Amino acid sequence: MLILTCPYCGVEADETELAPGGEAHLKRETVGASDEAFEDYLFRRENPKGVHFERWRHAYGCGKWFLAARHTVTLEVYGTYPAQTPEPPKDIVAAIKKRLPEWEGRG
Amino acid sequence: MSHRLDGKGRLIDRSKQLRFTFNGKSMTGYEGDTLASALLGAGQSVMGRSFKYHRPRGVVAAGVEEPNALMNLGRGGRFEPNQRATTTPLFDGLTATSQNHWPSLDFDVGAVNDMAARFLPAGFYYKTFMFPRFAWKHVFEPFIRKSAGLGQSPTEPDADRYEHAYHHTDVLVIGGGVAGLTAARAAGAGGAKVMVLEQTAHWGGRAPVDGGEIDGTDPETWVNSAVEGLENAQNVTLRPNCMGAGVYDHGYVLGYERVAETTPGDGRPRHRLWRIRAKQIVTATGAIERPLSFPGNDVPGVMLASAVRDYVVNWGVAPGKRTVIVTNNDDAYLTALALKAAKLEVPAIIDVRPTLMGPLAEKARKAGIRLMSGKALVGVKGKKGVTAVMVSDLEGKASPEAIDCDCVAMSGGWSPVVHLWSHCGGKLTWDDHEAIFKPDPTRPPLGADGQAFVATAGNASGAMGLAEALADGHEVGRQAAKAAGGTLTRKAAPKAAETERQPIKQVWIMPTSAGPDKRMKMWLDYQNDVKGSDVQLAAQEGYQSVEHAKRYTTLGMATDQGKLSNINGLAVLSDALGQPIPQTGTTTFRPPYTPISMGAIAGEARGPLFQPIRRTPMHALHETAGAVWEPVGHWRRPFCFARTGESDHEAVNREIVNTRENVGMLDASTLGKILVTGPDAGKFLDMLYTNMMSTLPVGKCRYGLMCSENGFLSDDGVVARIDEQTWLCHTTTGGADRIHGHMEDWLQCEWWDWKVYTANLTEQYAQVAVAGPKARKVLEALGGMDVSKEAMPFMTWHDGTLADIPARVFRISFTGELSYEIAVPANRGAELWEKVREAGAEHGIQPYGTEAMHIMRAEKGFIMIGDETDGTVIPQDLGLHWAISKKKEDYLGKRAQERSFMASPDRWQLVGLQTLDGSVIPDGAYAVGEGRNANGQRNTIGRVTSTYYSPTIRKGIAMGLIHEGPQRMGEVVDFATLDGTGTVIKAKIVDTCFYDKEGAKADV
Amino acid sequence: MSKAVSALNGATVTGFARVTDTGCRGMITLRGAPEVLTRVATAIGLPTPDTLHMATKEGLAVGWMSPDELLVLCPYEDAPALAETARGAAGKDHALVAVVSDARAVIRVEGEKADEVLRKLTPANLDAFEPGMIRRTRLAQAAGAFWKPDANGFEVMCFRSEAEYVFGLLENAAQKGAELGL
Repeated sequence: MLILTCPYCGVEADETELAPGGEAHLKRETVGASDEAFEDYLFRRENPKGVHFERWRHAYGCGKWFLAARHTVTLEVYGTYPAQTPEPPKDIVAAIKKRLPEWEGRG
Repeated sequence: MSHRLDGKGRLIDRSKQLRFTFNGKSMTGYEGDTLASALLGAGQSVMGRSFKYHRPRGVVAAGVEEPNALMNLGRGGRFEPNQRATTTPLFDGLTATSQNHWPSLDFDVGAVNDMAARFLPAGFYYKTFMFPRFAWKHVFEPFIRKSAGLGQSPTEPDADRYEHAYHHTDVLVIGGGVAGLTAARAAGAGGAKVMVLEQTAHWGGRAPVDGGEIDGTDPETWVNSAVEGLENAQNVTLRPNCMGAGVYDHGYVLGYERVAETTPGDGRPRHRLWRIRAKQIVTATGAIERPLSFPGNDVPGVMLASAVRDYVVNWGVAPGKRTVIVTNNDDAYLTALALKAAKLEVPAIIDVRPTLMGPLAEKARKAGIRLMSGKALVGVKGKKGVTAVMVSDLEGKASPEAIDCDCVAMSGGWSPVVHLWSHCGGKLTWDDHEAIFKPDPTRPPLGADGQAFVATAGNASGAMGLAEALADGHEVGRQAAKAAGGTLTRKAAPKAAETERQPIKQVWIMPTSAGPDKRMKMWLDYQNDVKGSDVQLAAQEGYQSVEHAKRYTTLGMATDQGKLSNINGLAVLSDALGQPIPQTGTTTFRPPYTPISMGAIAGEARGPLFQPIRRTPMHALHETAGAVWEPVGHWRRPFCFARTGESDHEAVNREIVNTRENVGMLDASTLGKILVTGPDAGKFLDMLYTNMMSTLPVGKCRYGLMCSENGFLSDDGVVARIDEQTWLCHTTTGGADRIHGHMEDWLQCEWWDWKVYTANLTEQYAQVAVAGPKARKVLEALGGMDVSKEAMPFMTWHDGTLADIPARVFRISFTGELSYEIAVPANRGAELWEKVREAGAEHGIQPYGTEAMHIMRAEKGFIMIGDETDGTVIPQDLGLHWAISKKKEDYLGKRAQERSFMASPDRWQLVGLQTLDGSVIPDGAYAVGEGRNANGQRNTIGRVTSTYYSPTIRKGIAMGLIHEGPQRMGEVVDFATLDGTGTVIKAKIVDTCFYDKEGAKADV
Repeated sequence: MSKAVSALNGATVTGFARVTDTGCRGMITLRGAPEVLTRVATAIGLPTPDTLHMATKEGLAVGWMSPDELLVLCPYEDAPALAETARGAAGKDHALVAVVSDARAVIRVEGEKADEVLRKLTPANLDAFEPGMIRRTRLAQAAGAFWKPDANGFEVMCFRSEAEYVFGLLENAAQKGAELGL
């Protein structure tokens, strides 16, 4: 059972205090988007055996959404950061590369 | 014959005699006994029957690994099956019955299976019960159901209570043996917050029985002083009777504490489940002795050598008068010496090793014990108890010598308990010298930071000697403190010494050349009746993976999960496959370490605390009024208010007729109420709803639809414009939290630069709907606000004071009648409800429930989220085009609704349905059309979404989604029934609105 | 005189800790940018609390709920007027001020081992939980929050509709003989 640190309140939250929200850093497609682009946005998700960027809400705490970089096999957490972040921040990427030098970035 | 020895067992108090019953027979034991030691002490060595062959079985072990002595304990609400006698502490009044036999333990009809053992090999069930198919249901299954299974199921609710507790610690030590205590001392000295779990009631593990010397004193004295030191340390918590059940991700551990097992009914929780978060975990879980596989090794009286020693030393119980030792290692010599010290006979030690030169062998010789080197035990005489053993050479070629005895103490070496290390991914390595799988410290379980969070200590590490184990425990404890944020203590490890040991010889079965006949009598897994021959057969039949072989043979399954059988089983499998043991590997270790009670898992979540029940401020009043409750999410809402002698259905009809003719009142407090405010709130709501909310004038209300990004209808409700920047959004009862979360998600994660705040005010207000032609009169009687048509027209709201209570009144209608919804602070909700009822009395007001509300809205053709929608329905399917803005560039779901299949004319569309004979279409019925599908079923052309008896038009009415429905007005369609006769209910497609199409009644 | 009735109507039980409904409590949700929240708190007469903390003064308290949300605690009758003060202080700035006094229940858990009652219900770590701190968390299956108004007890807040459930949890956890003995 995971522990993730909420970047807003600093609480090391138990997984049971959190609500998962799927993949992070999706770009919203809407009216005007091609069928393919819209399908990608709505349905296509990364499913890596490795580093994954994901959305979590501190649902039983401050109520804020945040993002986490996590390894889906080892469950290592490279860091958490606010949801208002369009791309994985530099320090998070550095933390991942430090542990996984061969990691090539988000698919 | 097992019996109690004179003199004192170290764990029992002979001054406190306890009475208990076994299979109805009264027996006595002492405080400190386990049920197993008490039974042995009372001369009861047969404790159960085996699972498959119903062979008589005695106790084999003295701890958690026990496979045979499983008991039904207690009675009625305290009945519990499959409890190990070896871990059940004796208490006065305990009742136990043995399992798996019929009609009695002594005479068991199922034992015929034993005669047929030749015909019940591995995979028997898979092979035999395949064909003919009918035979499974009518012949095989009833027989197997009767004869299989371990204990009985309880039939009454559990009379005890249970609870959870959370704990946070730097270092968690699992296991209170000498290695665990040493680790705890070192971690505590390093300043870490430490918790130690010990599954038994006693500290020190095996050391006080096995002897040796620690820091110049005997182990028991050392343990007492170590425990005292830890008890006095502020940063250390000791938890006896608490088993580390499982290790999970990110340092999560479940501890299973047996709080009040020996004092049933004393009011304390029986068990407590600890939910522990530890930065570092030290598993000092010790080791478990392995049996040896020889013919007849399951006859009662054949036991683990260490268990024999435990019974003698700990409980003053002798499992037999004459005990033969059979071993492949030095450890069993301790048993021989302990028996001798207790003045019991040891006619021989049968040792597979060719030369016996070590100091322990020397001690045994000096004690006058006959040592038989290079020998094997090749047969056991006796059925319900050992009478003699047959000894031959290792290969079993020499003609056997019979030795009379009533107990066999066997030792196949020791396996480290690696379960908790393995639960969360720790890997193992094979140590050929010790013949053990032990933790590989280079491949530990990894935590959130990518670093190891579990380490093993002592025997669990594979450090099998006392001195080694303590040195390991000390170092592991030091490092754990450091890794958890403490320091490395400079204190030295305890110094230990014990008699030097000679190496083990890897012999797994004896005689080594045993053929099929002998292998058929060699038990590997006692609990599941799996023998050497079964594993060999599995290998022959191609089950090469250890995981497959386990499931095919059932080796290592059920309540003991192969604690005794695993290593022997996979050694035999490896032998059959002609490969080394490490290549075969082990099966997966999964939590819990030993079975834990369902009560502990449930904790407090039973009875009234099973789930949160959400109550409105008027809940108690409804209860008094005889409400029939309906769960709506976690809420309880009155389904109807049935009067004495009235059926629920009659009550619902009365409530509807009264509301339509006079006036009704509904507790609408559960509706979601979300405040949305800010300069961008209008823009935000325009994105959220399919229709336009930004243009709603202050003081007015508008019905709106919300869709998911997938285009599907997700919620609906009335939105009120409060001021220039503020809207109040009503949601469905079940939708309040979900929609509030949905709003926050979009505001925080997509449009975070928009200036909007939300607040979920659902619980701030109690809300009462007053509906019916006389509704206005009721509000006028309450007094305080002008509720006339002119002052408060349809779809407006006003703040004011009603009956001296600050109120917000909405003129909205879900019934089609003249209707007001009155919102007041929740703490005054009950007061409002009473006042409305009093004020409405002279107008014939009656409360109505959710069912009346549902029917009245269906009569009006209003949709209900969850009835007309199911996550695949878009607003357009429901003819709600009027609520979808054409002007807006975008809203959530708009792009999705443009997809070709969303615009398809083939989508089923909402229509009203009126049965030709006035009956009610069954819930969920499908409309069937021409032709049949590939399965020979009639093709479906639609389905019913809401269906009721309407007391207003006195007929069955329904709404449904029908292919091309709106184009087929007046047509009659067939609805299938489930009575199997192929009959259909005929219904005419009509408008969805059955009542007051013009809406005149609501707008008066 | 208000006839407001709290969800638990003054219920109280005693186990190894005492569990008591504290009655109606005034509460105001404030949302806004940090500078706006500071201004509003000052207008009410309180400093802005630190993250996961509360600021208190003479029957008034303001608790940190999230980076853009504070909760004011006050006497029940005072909430509407204080909310007006808050609205005035926020002025034209973007903010949300809502009275939520009726949406919650506040239960006091008191006694030397009051913390053990909570330790049975919340995954939150209470080891370093001091007076002046507030934690929003889970209490068994319900959302809740608690703080320590003094050294001898906790105040536990939950939604009004779940008040009976949470009171039941606390009562059950506080039963005599069920002390954790930590």
